[in-house]
Amino acid sequence: MFYREAGQFKTSYVADQAIFPIAQDRFFMVIILAVAFVAIPMMADEYWMQAILIPFLILSLAAIGLNILTGYAGLVSLGTGAFMAVGAYATYKLTTGFPDLSIVICFLISGLFAAATGMVFGLPSLRIKGFYLAVATLAAQFFILWLFNKVGWFINYSPSGTVTAPPRELFGILITGPEASPLARYYVCLVFLCVFALAAKNLVRGRVGRAWMAIRDMDIAAEIIGIRPLHTKLLAFGVSSFFCGVAGALYLFCWLGSVETEAFDLLNVSFPVLFMIIIGGLGSIMGSIVGAAFITLFPIFLTNAPPMIGIELAADLQKHIEEIIFGVLIIFFLIVEPLGLARLWQIAKEKLRRWPFPY
Amino acid sequence: MAEVFDMFFIAPFVDMASEPVFLVEVILGGLMAGVMYSLVALGFVLIYKASGVFNYAQGAMVLFAALTLVGLMERAVPLPIAIVLTMVVMVGIAFAIEKYMLRPLVNQAQIILFMACIGLNFVFEGAGQIAWGSNVKKLDIGIPDNSFEIHGVLLNSFEITAAVSAAVLVAVLALFFQYTPTGRALRAVADDHQAALSVGIPLKTIWVIVWSVSGFVALVAGIMWGGKAGVQFSLVLIALKALPVLILGGFESVPGAIIGGLLIGVFEKISEVYWGPAFGGAIEGWFAYMAALAFLMFRPQGLFGEKIIERV
Repeated sequence: MFYREAGQFKTSYVADQAIFPIAQDRFFMVIILAVAFVAIPMMADEYWMQAILIPFLILSLAAIGLNILTGYAGLVSLGTGAFMAVGAYATYKLTTGFPDLSIVICFLISGLFAAATGMVFGLPSLRIKGFYLAVATLAAQFFILWLFNKVGWFINYSPSGTVTAPPRELFGILITGPEASPLARYYVCLVFLCVFALAAKNLVRGRVGRAWMAIRDMDIAAEIIGIRPLHTKLLAFGVSSFFCGVAGALYLFCWLGSVETEAFDLLNVSFPVLFMIIIGGLGSIMGSIVGAAFITLFPIFLTNAPPMIGIELAADLQKHIEEIIFGVLIIFFLIVEPLGLARLWQIAKEKLRRWPFPY
Repeated sequence: MAEVFDMFFIAPFVDMASEPVFLVEVILGGLMAGVMYSLVALGFVLIYKASGVFNYAQGAMVLFAALTLVGLMERAVPLPIAIVLTMVVMVGIAFAIEKYMLRPLVNQAQIILFMACIGLNFVFEGAGQIAWGSNVKKLDIGIPDNSFEIHGVLLNSFEITAAVSAAVLVAVLALFFQYTPTGRALRAVADDHQAALSVGIPLKTIWVIVWSVSGFVALVAGIMWGGKAGVQFSLVLIALKALPVLILGGFESVPGAIIGGLLIGVFEKISEVYWGPAFGGAIEGWFAYMAALAFLMFRPQGLFGEKIIERV
C-alpha cells in the first residue's frame, strides 16, 4: 500500500539509473542514515558502542570486501583474516614510521598494501577453481600470520608480540588508541562504511561488476565474449583485499586497540566473515551489512537471553548450547532461504508492492 | 647472499647425506603422520564423491566419535561394545543429517552445502562437549606405545599399529566399493546423480550409507589420534591438516587421499627437520598448504582428481 512506485515518473536517464529508483527506498535509506548518525550516538552507551556497534561496522566493511570476491566474482576465499592483518600491520608500520601522516591516509595506503597481497595470492585463481581455490587461499591465511609472528620488523620488535595502536588525531579529535572516545571511533567506522559501501555499490553495477558476475556465472563463456579473466579476477582480488585491508586497519585502530596475530585467526575472522555474506546474501551489498549485523548480534543475544528469562546456566554449558543453537540456525536459514537475508527482504518488498492482492 | 643460499639449498642436503639413518627415521615418522592425515582426508573424499558436499564437519565428527567412545568407556562399557555403540550413534546421526539437512538442501550450490556443514560443525562441537564434557581425556585401547630399534632405526609400535589398521581400512573400503552392489551404487551416484536415479538407485539410502561409512572412518581416525594425543577439542583442527592432503590428492579420489596424505606427511616432516631452522621454525602450519598450492599450479585437479572439462 505504501510501498509502490505508481505515479513516480522518471524524466531523465540519471533518475532511471539511480541506486534507489523508488522514492520510498530513498526515504527508508535517509531514515537509516539518520538513525545511524544521530539517534544511535545519542542513545547508545559505551558498552553498546564497544561491544556491538563498532565491531558490527568494521565487520560489515570486511564482509562487503569478501562479498565482492565471493558473491560477485565467484571466487571463494578463506583468507580474509590474513588480508585484514596486512591492512592492520601496514597501518601500524606506516603510522609509527611517519607519525605526521594523517591516519586516514595511512588507512588507505595500507589498503593498497592489502590489495597487492591479495593480488599475489589471487594469482592461482587463474588455474584453480572452487574448493581447490578456497583451500589455496588458506595458504595465504596461515603464511601471512606466520610471517607477522616471526619477523619482528612488522611489530617494531615489540617484546610482547602485540601491536598497540598509537593515539592519532583527525581534525583535532583523538580517534585511535586507548584514550579515544567510543563515539569518535564509531563515527570514523560509520563514515568509512558508508563511503565504501557506496563505492562498492557503484562498482558492482558498472562495467567492472558486470564483468565479475559474468566470470562468476561461467568463466569460459565470459572469456569468449571478451572479458579478460586475468584482469577481472585479479581486480576482484585487489578490490576485495583493499576493503578487507581497510577493515583490518579499523579493526586494530578503532576497535581492539592492541592485537596479536591471533586476532586475525581463521576461526576468529575468516570464517565469521564468510558466514556473514552467506547468511546475508551472496552478491548483495546490503546483504553483507545485514549478515554482519546478524552474526555479531546473535551470539550476544544468545548470551544474554537465558538470564533475561530467568535461567542460570554454567558458563561452559551455556557456551556449548550457544554453539548448537548457532549451528542449527545456520542450517535452518540455509534451508529456508539459501540466497540469504537479502533475498528475504526482496521477497518482502515484492509482496508489499502487490499488497493487498496475493499476486 | 651466499649464506642464505647455503642455508636453504646446501646445508639441508648435507645434513641428509651425513646421517642417512636419521633421514630414514624422519621419512618413516612422516609416513606415520601421513597415515593419520589420510584417515581424516578419506572421510572428506567419501562424502564429496557421493554427494558433492565439502564436509567441513569431518574434523568435528572425529572429535564427536572419539568423545562418545571415551565417554562410554568411562562408564565401564567394554571396548568392543563401546565401538559398536558409537557406530550405532554415528549411523543414527547419518540418518538425521540426511533427513534434516541434505534432503531440504538438495540441488543447492556447493558453497551453500559447505556452509551448512560448517553449521553442522558447530552442532557437533557443542553437542559432543555437552554430552561428554570438555576436559582432555585419555583413550586407552590397549595398543602398546613403546619404541624399539631395527637396524638402528627407531620405531614406535603404536604408530605401526595405526598405519596397519589404516591400511586395512583402506583395503576394506576399496573392496567394498569394487565388489559389493552397494559399493557399485555408490560409484554410480558419484558419477552422475540423475543417471543413478534413473536406473533405480535410491539416493537417500546411498547418502545415509556414505555418511555412516565416513562416520566409521571418523571413529577410526578418532581412536588413532585420540590414543596418541588424548581426546580433546583440538581434534577438530585436524580437519585443517587434511585440507592440503585433499587438494594435493584430488577431492574425488580415494587413492589420492591416501597417497596425498603420505606425501604431505613425509614432506612436512622433512621440511620441518631440515628447512625449519632456516625459516625460523614453526613452519608446519603453512608449509603443506604452500606445497600443495605450488603443485596445483601444474595440475589444477590434484594428483588423481577427475579432469575438469568445461563446456559453454
